Amino acid sequence: MGSPLRIVNGRVYDPANGVDGAVRDVCIRDGEIVVDVPPDAKRIDATGMVVMPGGIDIHCHIAGPKVNLARKVQPENHYGDVQLRTRLTRSGTGGTVPSTFATGYRYAALGYTTAMEAAVTPLGARHALEELHDTPVIDKGFYVLVGNSVLLYRLLHEGRREEFRHALAWWLNATKAYAPKLVNPGADELWKGYRNANVTSLDDKIGALDLTPRRVIAAFIEAANELGLPHPVHIHCNNLGHSGNFETTLETMRLAEGRRAHIAHIQFHSYGAAAAKSQSNPTSRARDIVEFINAHPNISADVGAVMFGRSTIMTADAPLAYMLRRFGTGKWVNADTENESGCGIVPFIYQDRVYTNALQWAIGLELLLCSADPWRVVFSTDHPNGGSFMSYPRLIRLLMDREFRKEQMARVNQKALNQSGLRDCQEREYTLSEIAIITRAGPARLLGLAAKGHLGVGADADVTIYEEDANKEKMFSAPRYVIKDGELAIEDHEFRVSREGRTLQVAPEYDRGIEQVLEPFFEDFYTVRFANYPVDERYAPHAQIIPTAPQAATSPAGSAPR
Amino acid sequence: MSLDLTLRAAPTVPLEAEVLSPARLAGLSAAEAAKLPVVHGNERADVGDFFRIGGAADGQLDITGDLSMVKRIGAGMAEGRMVVHGSVGMHLGAGMSGGEIVVEGHAGDWVGAEMSGGRIVVKGNAGHMLGSARRGTPVGMRGGEILVFGNVGNEAGNGMRRGLIAIGGDTGDFAAVNMLAGSIVVLGHLGSRPGAGMKRGSLIAMHPAELLPTFSYACTYAPVFVRLYLRHLRRLGFDIADSQVNGSYQRWCGDGIELNRGEVLLFDAAGTASRG
Repeated sequence: MGSPLRIVNGRVYDPANGVDGAVRDVCIRDGEIVVDVPPDAKRIDATGMVVMPGGIDIHCHIAGPKVNLARKVQPENHYGDVQLRTRLTRSGTGGTVPSTFATGYRYAALGYTTAMEAAVTPLGARHALEELHDTPVIDKGFYVLVGNSVLLYRLLHEGRREEFRHALAWWLNATKAYAPKLVNPGADELWKGYRNANVTSLDDKIGALDLTPRRVIAAFIEAANELGLPHPVHIHCNNLGHSGNFETTLETMRLAEGRRAHIAHIQFHSYGAAAAKSQSNPTSRARDIVEFINAHPNISADVGAVMFGRSTIMTADAPLAYMLRRFGTGKWVNADTENESGCGIVPFIYQDRVYTNALQWAIGLELLLCSADPWRVVFSTDHPNGGSFMSYPRLIRLLMDREFRKEQMARVNQKALNQSGLRDCQEREYTLSEIAIITRAGPARLLGLAAKGHLGVGADADVTIYEEDANKEKMFSAPRYVIKDGELAIEDHEFRVSREGRTLQVAPEYDRGIEQVLEPFFEDFYTVRFANYPVDERYAPHAQIIPTAPQAATSPAGSAPR
Repeated sequence: MSLDLTLRAAPTVPLEAEVLSPARLAGLSAAEAAKLPVVHGNERADVGDFFRIGGAADGQLDITGDLSMVKRIGAGMAEGRMVVHGSVGMHLGAGMSGGEIVVEGHAGDWVGAEMSGGRIVVKGNAGHMLGSARRGTPVGMRGGEILVFGNVGNEAGNGMRRGLIAIGGDTGDFAAVNMLAGSIVVLGHLGSRPGAGMKRGSLIAMHPAELLPTFSYACTYAPVFVRLYLRHLRRLGFDIADSQVNGSYQRWCGDGIELNRGEVLLFDAAGTASRG
């Protein structure tokens, strides 16, 4: 856990504890923030520097079968960005989908200490955990794809809500996941059963089942809240990427009825229909979305901002990926995982001259700049979908630096910019404290990680120290120090130790009798025997179980940590 | 007087040495050149660990020895002239944009992969993937010339978009596969499936070949550009008969599963004779 450490003279940004740039010491011992350390403890002079909790990525794609497919389909990403082995760090490749080791090092080198992989099929859990085990430095966890599970649908179809909840809890335990994830709920049944079929509204009938996306989503929201999961159900809404999809998004958020729900990469769900019948271009409805979130404290979202340049679209939303294949760079993958999910991968380039891409870029910024509560509309690019996590420093500069933003706005497709509401909120500049909220304190609170995202006594000693710079992109690109669990992982921009992070999981309680319900289905329909399906402890050697507990439906802005 | 590098002993595991290019060595003393980095297997090493250095840089670089385990010679080079007295390993001149490389011996795979300009001359044979796209990218050679006097391996000109490849001997399979544009001249025999997946471009060959069923015969004629290209190649030292320069060629269009705007031109000895 490292020797005791005292960080002195730094300007501390710890919004969860109401500290906004005050110069004060931060003391660390045994991997935790403590009140004081002995005077002979190692000192870090942070004069002229900014001290923040370690960054937390609430939604990214860094491990598992689909991420690996995206690596395999893009060898050209690898030989252009080779990371050589050093004494402490292992070799790897970069590009938009870095190899596991490079992912861990690069997140850490940006000052991030936690990242959550946002979509893993239950059958891919072993693979994801093995890759996360090989993702060094940072803590991590994953959301498990349960929103198109044939077996869970059957239970809902038959009205067996109690058993559905127990089955969901069993699945979270069996896969060692952190949260349930829905992706385009209902679509896989149609996509796999009918040619080019997809869900278009919450009231579409799902195949031959007596179910609609509306019923499925409501059931998951209810069950996740009843189980007291630290992070509620994580929803990738229906109709992602389609013009006019903002209405589906609003309807989905209404389904929560005051209960907690998290909407993923909401930028991709904030599109209005064409401005006139004669036009085909989508418009921005970011304002409607953000106003709804502002008024509903039970709802949270990560933005899924788009940054220009190379990206890789990777999703469990197979029909979406199929639609996007024509716009990619020529290669694409579509796959499915038996009773559980679909998958699609499309290497992609966002271009500032292209109307749709520029609109997406503008909507991402618009959502962040119009948001009234930074605790609930948090930072993400849906890495690598909207852009690599390596573009985070640039996105931070876009939020913090009005003049830079205006320069960039002048370069993009102006028709798209005019259709967005970005000009209405272009005067706002994020403060360092607000950046600390959307990249650290907010995600920690939404994930229910009480020991993360702040620097109060007892918190995990995950600390990032940046050298102040007027150019925020430069400042956030390379922290001088990164402390992980009390250990100086990076000192003077260099890795100092080789360390593994923890795997964050939940273990909600359930009635063991549910296994009698599940087992026959596995024996009939799965390629894996029921007894072999659950992932055992060996796959998560540094596991940390985050307890379940009744969760408040609202998270009051700016209040002290629980 | 040129800068001379002589290999002391052939490395037993591959040596990656893209520093071996005229511009990288220009203006350096022998001692400075000896300090340049190379990768030997999985370890870093210096040029001086493997090469004896003499002469002085004047834009030409002479390298002597069996360099068949040395990769990436002249990769990315943009100017200058380099002569290798011996054979070279993989990735010779990969991605180069200008200058000239002459290899007196043989070359490995990936000669001039994704090059955009300049000239590579190989007096002996070359391996697979000559002037081709690297794995994962759709576009290979974008310009320049590759002249191989011997035989080459498979997939010569994979994804080629512009420029000229001339091969004095035979090719392996899949010559001009996925070709987008540009010209490939083969004086020897083609392997199987030449031109598979080609969109545009010209593959010109001097011997009969078995083409894929997705290629269709168009006509027999004497294209002017072939005459110009062959005369150019003859000046560069290729063994080309007058009958080939003046001859008729069967034009086969393909690949029909793609745009069908590519062509394979096969020298028609009988047609040439009857035309007199």
